[in-house]
Amino acid sequence: MSIFINKNTKVLVQGITGNEGSFHTRQCIAYGTNIVAGVTPGKGGQKMDDVPVFNTVRQAVEETGATASLIFVPPPFGADAIMEAADTGVDLIVTITEGIPILDMVKVKNFLVTKSCRLIGPNCPGIITPDECKIGIMPGNIHKKGSIGVISRSGTLTYEVVDQLTKLGMGQSTCIGIGGDPVNGTNFIDVLEAFQNDDETTGIVMVGEIGGSAEEEAAIYIKENLTKPVVGFIAGLTAPPGRRMGHAGAIISGSSGTGAAKIAAFKDNGIHVCENLGQIGRICKEVF
Amino acid sequence: MKIHEYQAKELFRKYNVPVPDGNVAFSVDEAKTSAAKLGGFPVVVKAQIHAGGRGKGGGVKLASSMEEVDSLANEILGMTLVTHQTGPEGKLVKKLLIEAGQKIEKELYLSLLVDRATASIVIMASRDGGMDIEEVAAKTPERIIKVYVDPLMGIQGYQLRQVGFGLKIPPAAMKQFSGLLSNLYQFFIANDCSMVEINPLILTSDDKVLALDAKVDFDSNALYRHKDLMGLRDLDEEDPLEVEASKYNLNYINLDGNVGNIVNGAGLAMATMDIIKNAGATPANFMDVGGGASSEQVENAFRIILADDKVKTLLVNIFGGILRCDIFARGVVDAARKTGINIPVVVRMEGTNVDEGKKILNDAGLNLTSAVDLSDAAQKIAAAVN
Repeated sequence: MSIFINKNTKVLVQGITGNEGSFHTRQCIAYGTNIVAGVTPGKGGQKMDDVPVFNTVRQAVEETGATASLIFVPPPFGADAIMEAADTGVDLIVTITEGIPILDMVKVKNFLVTKSCRLIGPNCPGIITPDECKIGIMPGNIHKKGSIGVISRSGTLTYEVVDQLTKLGMGQSTCIGIGGDPVNGTNFIDVLEAFQNDDETTGIVMVGEIGGSAEEEAAIYIKENLTKPVVGFIAGLTAPPGRRMGHAGAIISGSSGTGAAKIAAFKDNGIHVCENLGQIGRICKEVF
Repeated sequence: MKIHEYQAKELFRKYNVPVPDGNVAFSVDEAKTSAAKLGGFPVVVKAQIHAGGRGKGGGVKLASSMEEVDSLANEILGMTLVTHQTGPEGKLVKKLLIEAGQKIEKELYLSLLVDRATASIVIMASRDGGMDIEEVAAKTPERIIKVYVDPLMGIQGYQLRQVGFGLKIPPAAMKQFSGLLSNLYQFFIANDCSMVEINPLILTSDDKVLALDAKVDFDSNALYRHKDLMGLRDLDEEDPLEVEASKYNLNYINLDGNVGNIVNGAGLAMATMDIIKNAGATPANFMDVGGGASSEQVENAFRIILADDKVKTLLVNIFGGILRCDIFARGVVDAARKTGINIPVVVRMEGTNVDEGKKILNDAGLNLTSAVDLSDAAQKIAAAVN
């Protein structure tokens, strides 16, 4: 078992003919992901390597039976691409695109309320179930099949955590980057619930950062609903207030969203806190 | 992107959000001309910098004659204004807003912002205007009115009433207030704001409602569709090195420590700053070269950080994913050739093409200390600092 994706997931790529789209599609295929279609408006009928390209997501879904979409379109078209995918009834939409305007995402999020799909991202590295399916831009080779679930708001920081886990022999069930934007699809709690219900996952690593209150809410959820051990890490304890730290969502506004408050919430709710990134693998080894 | 109060008020006027009469002035003479145009006293002389807390810092003063306008403009223009938001070094005042004084009956608070958790626009209002709203929210949360607007539906009449009656707006001013709030919402949406704050919004003794202050922040990701707003950016308000970094799409923030750092990815960059702190030192910056940086971007990242005199050591932490270690290493070598690296540098590199990257650095014969992992990097930085 794993969560959200597995070896049977059939994936289409929106923006497949762009630089990033074609590069990462090839990486996903090399990893073993079943990429069945691409979509670039106006390029229907062409092929990207062996992958057929369609003009619309609806056509791609009807002809290939794709169940998930991976989005690489530029930010001005991000919201439209997500809504197009959602409207076809795919189960999962993974949006890598960074820089979608927040008011666009606010509308998309409300649009998705009436749809049955799950959105991961935007501004995220994607999702991977090691040795089965990679829908995203993470380096596949650092992952190893196993029983630890990883969830994070960041990209390279997640790779760092996964790398330490793998090197210490702890494989992963599924790793998910939910993205660094202030308004995103899947949140910590959605993933925690899925990991709790997944028989294969025995422990969870949760990587948060400054800004917003998602970590605090997740901490309370963990105490009330999870029986599996959770190791938590927060990036940005030294970040100054009022400055956006790279990610659109990583900002301390007034007194809210500080790293200290998140660490305190973790500790209060029984999460094993790692305060030094260099040690996270070792701490996981002890806890799991 | 933040803008000045005078710029925000000019935009408010276009959207029929009432503000006091006033004009911007870049010199004492212009201040006097502006004051004369207002046709009466008192007038308010307001320093225009992006930071809040200007009044307490001595940057907002009342003049009751032209002589006072002259002396106050002289005093405030060119002063280094220190507020709780500028940091101890303060901010040089280069422009003033000269505004007609108002007969204030009551000061209120009104703001609009994007609520992350509910993915909606939240209107926050309070009768405790003119105060630090964070403090009001912490001590007396019942004194804050919050109304969530569905972005697909837009603001509704009942929501305007909810805020208006909640603020106890007198009947004679209610219609005007509803118009103001409705127009402010349109302004927010039409310009992709991330925050609009009016503190205080005032009720005058003749039942008028006016925005006495105006703070506006635009979503930088949406500026591509607002070319007109880009002209409002004031580079004087930004750190010169940050302006330079933004030209190369580098996420850089100048901080006050002495350990520089270059990292790929925002989360890892924040965590690297924390590692420096844990090692007993202080980060000099935040620098995220991005997931897919080019050699040129890496070279510029080095140049910008090395241009900062306070940087005494440098920690480079790269986890190659999309950004391959060999590309990164080439950028480092180019930077070393062009600008020279004359401070201790600790490099920790991992991920895609790491062996090739290490070889490039070794072959270049640069004086770099390599670290095998993050713990090792932290120790080597601590050693270099001490």
